[in-house]
Amino acid sequence: MARYFTEEHEWLDVDGDTVTVGITDFAQGQLGDIVFVELPAVGLDLTQGGDAAVVESVKAASDIYAPVDGTVSEANDALDADPALANSDPEGEGWFFRMSLGDASQLGGLMDAAAYKNFCDNL
Amino acid sequence: MSTLNPAGWRPEMTSGEAGAGGVPATFTGNRALMLEEPLIFEIGTRETTGVDFDEVAEDFDLGPLTRSAPIGLAGLSESETVRHYTRLSRQNYAIDLGLFPLGSCTMKHNPRLNEKVARMAGFGDVHPLQPQETVQGALAVIHELADWLVKLTGMASVAMSPKAGAHGELCGILCIKAALEARGEDRRVLLVPESAHGTNPATAAFAGFTVEGIPATSEGRVDSDALIARLGPDVAGVMITNPNTCGLFERDMKKISDAVHAAGGYVYCDGANFNAIVGRVRPGDLGVDAMHINLHKTFSTPHGGGGPGSGPVVLSAALAPYAPLPVVKPVDGKLRLVEEENAADHQPDSFGRMTAFHGQMGMFTRALTYILSHGSDGLRQVAEDAVLNANYVLRSLDDVLEAPFGASGPCMHEALFSDRGLADGFSTNDIAKGLIDEGYHPMTVYFPLVVHGAMLVEPTETESLDVLDQFIGALRSLAIRAKQGDEALKTAPHFAPRARLDETLAARKPVLSWQGE
Repeated sequence: MARYFTEEHEWLDVDGDTVTVGITDFAQGQLGDIVFVELPAVGLDLTQGGDAAVVESVKAASDIYAPVDGTVSEANDALDADPALANSDPEGEGWFFRMSLGDASQLGGLMDAAAYKNFCDNL
Repeated sequence: MSTLNPAGWRPEMTSGEAGAGGVPATFTGNRALMLEEPLIFEIGTRETTGVDFDEVAEDFDLGPLTRSAPIGLAGLSESETVRHYTRLSRQNYAIDLGLFPLGSCTMKHNPRLNEKVARMAGFGDVHPLQPQETVQGALAVIHELADWLVKLTGMASVAMSPKAGAHGELCGILCIKAALEARGEDRRVLLVPESAHGTNPATAAFAGFTVEGIPATSEGRVDSDALIARLGPDVAGVMITNPNTCGLFERDMKKISDAVHAAGGYVYCDGANFNAIVGRVRPGDLGVDAMHINLHKTFSTPHGGGGPGSGPVVLSAALAPYAPLPVVKPVDGKLRLVEEENAADHQPDSFGRMTAFHGQMGMFTRALTYILSHGSDGLRQVAEDAVLNANYVLRSLDDVLEAPFGASGPCMHEALFSDRGLADGFSTNDIAKGLIDEGYHPMTVYFPLVVHGAMLVEPTETESLDVLDQFIGALRSLAIRAKQGDEALKTAPHFAPRARLDETLAARKPVLSWQGE
């Protein structure tokens, strides 16, 4: 399993052709207390860079973009009852949704952990 | 702890606890005129009522309509009710109490002359279903205000009925949709710059369009090259806020409009910030096709809990035929409402109706009073003074607060600062809370999103130099405290009836109705 990061502060774990997507610890820190997460419907076809979810904090509402092409296979319903999970464990229990990996070549354009850390340090 | 008020009440004190400086807390929890007011359901008893009802006859029977359970309303006398709401109103902040720096809201003084005119019987006591010949004066107000709005904006016509800004946006976008349908074109994309108001993308989506964002440049204006490059046969138009939410004038507006028109699209301009340019710039000259005007901002009618909004939409000749009903038109020497029955003769291509009646009549009267009492030269000075005041705030504070677009030239109606340079752990929120202690409503915070920890201050032309200097002094002292890491600021406000409420819990688990009994 490999973990990738986007410039929009999402992480994705790729396990075979299943991708798990969430927001990074840096992102949750910038957003502040998260009060609501709107997740995509299972079966929805996503295009890389298109809107996939919405996260609302006490400060702002932000779009979450699909990191790759694919179809939504599962949404993390635990976030409905407890959106604070995205603050307390953003890169674990606070994952947003799972999707298929439509085009593995798109992973080449994403960052690994070291590159993402460097990216955040330079913001 | 302030040295000015060592015995003052603080939020952590509860009733019965000794106050600071050895002063005991009060029996009631009140602090002189700062009153602890319960919810309306927590006062009075269910056995009393402020209304006298007739005795019910013994043989009176409502059958299945007979109430089987208590109604659940507080049983209050008139005096208890009046006192409750008057007490609550004393805990409110209002433009009649002081400078209201809420950016993008144009919280200007509501002249009392407006109120006097709006209360004249011929305006205040009319009914929308009255015969039209008996309300010619009221129709003349609508007609004359419409004429002023058209002249001030350099447009072809105006739809008066929309009830507020976002309603006006929807009206303008529906006009664009109707025009595209009349041309038989299926254009689905509306371009919305990052520097636009947050309601713009919502309006576009609500009207069935797909929203595409356009980035801002480093100087805080729309990237016109990126916008023009995106134009094409699928683009219905653009929604631009000008002056934008960074408080800057979109200098490329005419170039953008020309390119949009050449590509077959329409230009919607969000006119919420019209106060900065009224009398100085006519949006029609910039190629705008539709723009809403917030009468409750630029034209001084009360808002923010004090009154309803009103959002007339000025339209270009290309969109004017599609304007919603009703429309006031002179017919045979009388003013007439064009409605469904006679639309075929006067407004055959109207897209329909957005309101039951003519719009916010009470606001029309106030706005026209404001316009006539200022005149065209006075309105021009409104814009000049509003811009001068905002620039005075910007340049008086940019040595202690970072002004992210301070190098982009003069600002328009509002001054924008970021949280850069505050001590570790200190935020825009702390400065906003500190302003409450200083006796001000906080400025707009965390908007626009393109600026980190944004603080958006719109003083309007209402404020005098003395009032501005006092506000600037308060904000300056808070900025310095936040930069120096003054821990007392982290727990501000210290003098408000309530301190830092749990906003997160309120958003996650809102309790919106009375839960007792």
